[in-house]
Amino acid sequence: MVSPEIPAIEIIKLVSHYGERKILHEIDMTVAQGEIMVIMGGSGSGKSTLLRHLLGLNRPTSGSVKLLGQDITRITAQEMFALRRQMGVSFQGGALFNSMSVAENVALPLREHTELDENTIQIMARMKLEVVNLNGFEDLMPSELSGGMLKRAALARAIALDPRLLFFDEPSAGLDPVASVELDELILNLQEAMGMSIVVVTHELESAFKIADRITVLDQGHILLTGTVEEVRGSDHPRIVSLLQRQPRREEIDGDAYLQRLTRELA
Amino acid sequence: MRAPLAAVEWVGRQTAKFGNEVGYASALLFESLYWLLLGHWRNQPVRVSAVFKEAVEVGVRAIPIVCIACFATGTMLAMQGIHTLKQFGADSQVVVGIAYSVSREFAPLITGIFVAGRSGSAVAARIGTMTVSQEIDALRVIGVNPVRYLVAPLLVALMLTMPCLTVLANLVAMLGGALYCLAALGMPLEVFFDRSFAALTTSDVLGGIYKSIAFAMLIAIIGAVNGFQVKSGAEGVGRATTRSVVLCIVSIILADMLFTGFLSR
Repeated sequence: MVSPEIPAIEIIKLVSHYGERKILHEIDMTVAQGEIMVIMGGSGSGKSTLLRHLLGLNRPTSGSVKLLGQDITRITAQEMFALRRQMGVSFQGGALFNSMSVAENVALPLREHTELDENTIQIMARMKLEVVNLNGFEDLMPSELSGGMLKRAALARAIALDPRLLFFDEPSAGLDPVASVELDELILNLQEAMGMSIVVVTHELESAFKIADRITVLDQGHILLTGTVEEVRGSDHPRIVSLLQRQPRREEIDGDAYLQRLTRELA
Repeated sequence: MRAPLAAVEWVGRQTAKFGNEVGYASALLFESLYWLLLGHWRNQPVRVSAVFKEAVEVGVRAIPIVCIACFATGTMLAMQGIHTLKQFGADSQVVVGIAYSVSREFAPLITGIFVAGRSGSAVAARIGTMTVSQEIDALRVIGVNPVRYLVAPLLVALMLTMPCLTVLANLVAMLGGALYCLAALGMPLEVFFDRSFAALTTSDVLGGIYKSIAFAMLIAIIGAVNGFQVKSGAEGVGRATTRSVVLCIVSIILADMLFTGFLSR
């Protein structure tokens, strides 16, 4: 068991490149245990890249990512495998395995990480599907589910091993307002029932304000602000204000740079 | 001045890309073998059930098409052989020609090409689709190594079923030849098979089987490499699928040429 003083997630000076382009500029972020942290930002802000680093899917240029006190940029494959047991992820499109039924999807983490017998695995998979209100759908294939059901099935798979850390990529993307609110409720209920730390990456303001304990606003690879919902709402940072009021970005135009962009590599 | 430089640059870039890809393919092959040998002790066991599932898909389901193709090939060889040998009045010698060319060349090659057409494309499409829909990422965050889970069972399944398919292809192709000889020359089937088995040595048949194992590795690895390299959307999957089949078939024919060169020395 991890002692309660250790933060669930600690990112220190994380720098990431995509080819030559710098995506994340020395990001520092901490998520306390039991906290719901929302990472907010427009497209191209680097929030998806940041999530991939948190999940150990990308290798950073420099800096470290500590999950439950373990630096995932340095631990061995064996230690990472053990840590994966403490993590659940719900991807944007669900990312359910299309060749397996819903129940098989939920059962896969149990099969890979436990030595439970087949009946126990089936029962546990059904229990997780009950939690997300998908009882009776276990034999359907992912292609037979609606968008909202897909997300809930993905959530059931993410919590299959009762993780300490839960990650969501754009939970409300592609959902109608009602299904989106229902999913937000589900996230809040889960946090209350199981006490895990949750990181949600989203660009939906409403859902962010509803579920967040704290919000980190990311813009072009920099953290603009980390704070409570009130702090973000009350911020007078021009980029945050324009994000909240859905105004288009207005950048100062530098005449010389503009001309140079248009005429580069000619002559 | 610019055009030749650009050409040199193009050649250089393509060579580097080719080198990269060969390197990636070998890494993938070694990783698959690594998980096959040590996966059990590294929390990444290659499951027997997964191997059998793949074996049915890539091997058993390929039986009808391989049989049809090889039967036709055997018959065609008999037609051409009789036509050629008639000019020397040696048309009954066609049996030995069919037996050799089928077991050493045509059975493994035709099997390889048809399995490549079926599975080389299917593997690239499946892995490519999984990459696009983040299923590969989902596997990794669950702690399942995608190479162990998707590539290693396929590699074993192909390496087990391709030799079996090749043996079957040998027999069916010879049956095709035998039936044509029965019709054209009135040669009884048992005479055809007696003469064939008298002419063939173990090394003729084994040579064909070794080839088929090499083809199996080529199909599995080339299919997987193309699948994992898919970056974007449905169009990317389509391109990877086509590329995978073409590369599988070309590399099988080239490998066959090299093999025949070494084996017949």
